[in-house]
Amino acid sequence: MEAFLSNIDRVVDGFSWTVRLTLLSALFSFVLGVLLTAMRVSPVPLLRGLSTAYVEGIRNTPLTLVLLFCGLGLNSALGLSMADSVAWDVFWWAVIGLSAYTACFVSESLRAGINTIPLGQVEAARSLGLTFTQNLRLIVIPQALRTVVGPLGSVLIALTKNTTVASVAGLGVQEASREMKLMFDQGIAPVLPTFVGFAIGFLILVLPMGYFFGWLAKRVAVVR
Amino acid sequence: MRVRRISGVLGGVAALAFALSACGTADVGGGGDGGGDEGGNGGETITIGVKYDQPGLGLLEGSAPVGFDVDVATYIAGELGYSPEQIEWAEAASANRESFLQQGTVDMVIATYSITDERSEVVDFAGPYYVAQQDILVASDNEDIQGPDDLAGKVLCSASGSRSAHNIVDDMGIDAELREAGNYSECLELLGNGTVDAVTTDNTILAGFAAQNPDDYRMVNNPFGEEKYGVGLPPGSTERCEEVNAAIAKMWEESAATEALEAAFGATDFAYEESVPELEDCQ
Amino acid sequence: MSTQTSVLFDAPGPKARARNVLYTAIALVVFVVGLATLYLGFNQTLRDREASLFDPATWAVNPSGQWAASKWEPFLRPATWTDYVIPGLQNTLTAALTASVLALVFGLVFGIGRLSERWWVRAASGAVVEFFRGIPLLMLIFFTMALPIVAYQLFDIPPGTFQVTALAAVVTGLTLYNGSVLAEVFRAGILAVPKGQSEAAQAIGMTRTQRMWVILIPQAVTAMMPAIVAQLVVLLKDSALGYIIAFPELLRSFTLLATRESNVIPAAIICAVIYIIINLALSRVAIWLERRNARRGKPSAKPTDALDAPLRLGTATGAAGASVAVEPTVQEPLPDTLSEDERTGPGDDSDDGAPRDGRD
Repeated sequence: MEAFLSNIDRVVDGFSWTVRLTLLSALFSFVLGVLLTAMRVSPVPLLRGLSTAYVEGIRNTPLTLVLLFCGLGLNSALGLSMADSVAWDVFWWAVIGLSAYTACFVSESLRAGINTIPLGQVEAARSLGLTFTQNLRLIVIPQALRTVVGPLGSVLIALTKNTTVASVAGLGVQEASREMKLMFDQGIAPVLPTFVGFAIGFLILVLPMGYFFGWLAKRVAVVR
Repeated sequence: MRVRRISGVLGGVAALAFALSACGTADVGGGGDGGGDEGGNGGETITIGVKYDQPGLGLLEGSAPVGFDVDVATYIAGELGYSPEQIEWAEAASANRESFLQQGTVDMVIATYSITDERSEVVDFAGPYYVAQQDILVASDNEDIQGPDDLAGKVLCSASGSRSAHNIVDDMGIDAELREAGNYSECLELLGNGTVDAVTTDNTILAGFAAQNPDDYRMVNNPFGEEKYGVGLPPGSTERCEEVNAAIAKMWEESAATEALEAAFGATDFAYEESVPELEDCQ
Repeated sequence: MSTQTSVLFDAPGPKARARNVLYTAIALVVFVVGLATLYLGFNQTLRDREASLFDPATWAVNPSGQWAASKWEPFLRPATWTDYVIPGLQNTLTAALTASVLALVFGLVFGIGRLSERWWVRAASGAVVEFFRGIPLLMLIFFTMALPIVAYQLFDIPPGTFQVTALAAVVTGLTLYNGSVLAEVFRAGILAVPKGQSEAAQAIGMTRTQRMWVILIPQAVTAMMPAIVAQLVVLLKDSALGYIIAFPELLRSFTLLATRESNVIPAAIICAVIYIIINLALSRVAIWLERRNARRGKPSAKPTDALDAPLRLGTATGAAGASVAVEPTVQEPLPDTLSEDERTGPGDDSDDGAPRDGRD
């Protein structure tokens, strides 16, 4: 364990990338997810079709391939660069890939939430003369969000764990699992304490998230 | 009754799953042709582990691997009394070479397997049959990079798990940025698109990739370090080691080795080593 | 899909129709520009463009770009499919199926364990489930691969005494990870069975074990079937991580193929299409199960049933996160609430053309 603790700065460095990936991807995937949901229930058939195709397509592709497409396709073949230094360039592409992937699950959760809203709410809103956008903004999305707090927490936790895939798949972000693998391979510290150390790190990130969202879900639950 | 039906379904799925896993891992490339199953007749065949993903050295071409390592393996097997039809190929990835030998999954490993003190403790080595060096591959129109020192400030690609890039950045202290890819074909893709400036690893591996698109890439041909490719054998096979060494010596004598090198790398500007490697003693 | 949404807005008047046309046009432009960018980008004519954007030469297939026939031609050869794709697919399915069965067993054992009467069984099962649900799959796979080293470092077992094959590492990782998610699904399902069922069984003198196996588990499994299938889709998708440790599954086969033909991008595209087809087919199974349950009047467990404790913690990679907890991920027609409106016809802006013609 001492050998592991003496390398604690590498562990912290790895987790700092993990946290950054998680926070930024959570933000972007939430925004994109709301947008996709709005498109999916909109009056414009083309928007609905695009949103459905996007969600069904990306959701059923392994994350590895989504990130490979970002790293080798958009970043390399199309030559799109997000930052000057390699470390930040691959970081931002990982954020884009993770957000694009996670947004599908945010959107699916929200859509499920919309379906729990009683019909009367929406009909009442319509009879008051609210337009589609107003209806969505004032009536539907706020209620839907409150019912899906729990599931969104699950999505966030899944995202946290999915950031590990960004260390492979043509990007090579130096996040926590990558540091763990390097420490295994270089024989810096015994394997078991290293694994346990990194596992505890992930549990520290993930468990409070789970409890917080569980608490929040109860607090904001719509009583019907 | 529902219980029975559910357990019936579960049982069925379980039986199917275990039947499937009993077949083991399917051979990508169909190399084995299930030959191993009928091979109850002991010493009739020899199983050799080679790489499947390294052009020029060991690359799966449809149903069988081809390349320099494969030619060497075929020659050595011939000297040991096995005709090409008696060879069964197996994929030896970097991660499983030692365990393949220790478990007897394969009789021999010829897969860019560098002889190191660490590995010599767990397996036996014959050879080396070739001494590779580390080199750099760049795009064909790149004239700036003529050696490792020119890499300062450039972006260098390395395959994950490889030491080569760290040799340059950490050991030689050259200030290059690293981009890590899953494997070398991803590196080549990045190099082809200009996302990275150079790829570094053993010159044989680089030449193999360069040979696929000779017009697009240029070998720097300023090699450093050395990687002695040995023939990996199960621990405690001194006798077999002597035989293999004799075969390797003969292979260079008859210039079968240079022919194999020419066949693999002739299309590139890779100046491969033509002098006979110095064989090490078998322990 | 259109029917479900119709409740959110009124039949469009002339102004709204004009606006919808405008939105359609904008979306179309964005979509086409996106596609064109991708096409040109992969064609290598976007970045170092010699001719103008409207020159046909810019749009012609560039022989050194990703759309060059030579990069796609390998997929027309039967040998590519028999030598690479099919064995890869076979390995993917082997790993996924083996892991599915083991994960179901793992899930049942620990799901029931968490409901045990003995506190220490509950505590131990809970700890195992919570631990493996919090750890990324990739770390589990790396750790399993490193087990021989652990054995050497801890117990002095010489390296090489046993080896962990890539298949074993992938299956172990997938089992632990998805098994602990399934444990929560089973637990939620068992808790969601109405209390009267268990009480009635007790009243006719069934033992606890009998109640569990004859009354509770069959109902829980039926109700949770869609969630279970959704989790198995996740499992199948996650098996792609095996390529990192050179397990020759589908993605790894495509990597080998791409190395040989130097067509990384085309191979990745075809590989993605295959995954999407398989997973969509599996998702259809989940939807079908859901509908079948609905027809029989046995609603699949809803989030409200499950929320009181079990599914707080994150489930597996993405999909599970959403689908286990949210459930309706798999119910396309969304039966109970909004889509009721479907039959009320006239206001319906459905795609099928007929009503719209009528209105105009």
